[in-house]
Amino acid sequence: MKSLKFIIAGIIFGIVMAKSEAISWYRIQEMFRFQSFHMYGIIGTAVLSGTLLVFLIKKFQIKDSTGSKIIFHDKQKGWVRYLAGGAIFGLGWALTGACPGPMFVNIGYGYFSMIIVVFGALIGTYGYGAIKNKLPH
Amino acid sequence: MLEVLKQPWPWYMAGITITLVMAALLYFGKSFGFSSNLRTICSIAGAGKRVDFFNYDWKAEKWNLLFLIGSIVGGFIAANWLNDGSEFVLSLKTVADLKEIGIRFDGQMNPEDIFGWNFISTGKGFLILLAGGILVGFGTRYAGGCSSGHAISGLSNLQLPSLIAVVGFFAGGLVMTHFLLPFIF
Repeated sequence: MKSLKFIIAGIIFGIVMAKSEAISWYRIQEMFRFQSFHMYGIIGTAVLSGTLLVFLIKKFQIKDSTGSKIIFHDKQKGWVRYLAGGAIFGLGWALTGACPGPMFVNIGYGYFSMIIVVFGALIGTYGYGAIKNKLPH
Repeated sequence: MLEVLKQPWPWYMAGITITLVMAALLYFGKSFGFSSNLRTICSIAGAGKRVDFFNYDWKAEKWNLLFLIGSIVGGFIAANWLNDGSEFVLSLKTVADLKEIGIRFDGQMNPEDIFGWNFISTGKGFLILLAGGILVGFGTRYAGGCSSGHAISGLSNLQLPSLIAVVGFFAGGLVMTHFLLPFIF
C-alpha cells in the first residue's frame, strides 16, 4: 500500500493527461498559436483550484497522512535561472510537444519514439548538473 | 459513467483532476513536481560519481519514480481501455498553419510526420527529438521545475519565481513555434 498509492496517483495523472489531450503535440501547437482555449482552460482551472487548495490547507493547518502539518517551501529568490531555464524548456516543449510528465504518458500511450525525447532529457539534465556552477542563477 | 470517461475530457474536468492529484500527493506528505525524476534517474545511473549535483540520497525520491511508472500505465489505460475512438478536434487555423510548415494533421494524438518511424529513421528526425529532449531536460533543471512544479504547484502557492519561470516557458515556446519551427521541418 505504501508504494501502491503513488502508483495509483500516477495512473490517474496519466489518464487525465491523455484523456484531456494535454500530451498531444498538436494541442501544444494550438496553445502557442493562441488558437484554442483548451490548454489555457486546463492550466487555469488547475491553478485556480490549486490556489484555493493551498489557501485552505494553510488556513486550517491541515495535516498529512502521517499527522505532520503540510508545509509549503518557498522557491529560492532570483530571476535569471527561472527566466533563462524556463525559456530553454519552452523551446523544447514547443518542439517535442511534451513536458517531462507527458513524455512518459506518451510512451504508455504507444508513442515509443518518445523514448528518444526522454533519453535527450536525461542528457540535458546531466548537462545542467555538469555545468551548473558556471551558470548564472 | 464509463462512457463519459471514454470521451475526450473537457478542460475543467482535467484541471480539477490535476488539482486532486496534487492534493493526494500533499496528503501523502509529498509535493507535485515531475521533472525531478530525471535527476533521480541520472543519480541511479551513477552520475553522482562524476557530478556532485547527482550525489544525493535518491531513495527519498522513490515515491516520485512510482508516480512516473503509474503515469506510463495511465497512458496505456487511456489508449487501450478508455478510448471510444472519438475524433481529435484541432482548430482549423492550427491545421492550416501546420500544413504550411509541412506537418499534416492526421487525426492522431501526435503527428506521424514527427513521431513516426519514417521520419525518425531519417536521422534528422532522431536528432530533432533528441535535441528537443535535451532542451527540456536542461531547461527544467536550470529553472528548478517544469509545468507541474512551477506552473501548477508554484503558482498555486503564489510564488513569484514560478511566475517568472512560466513567463520563460512561454517566451521559449513562442520563439520556437513562430520563428524556429518553419526552419526545422
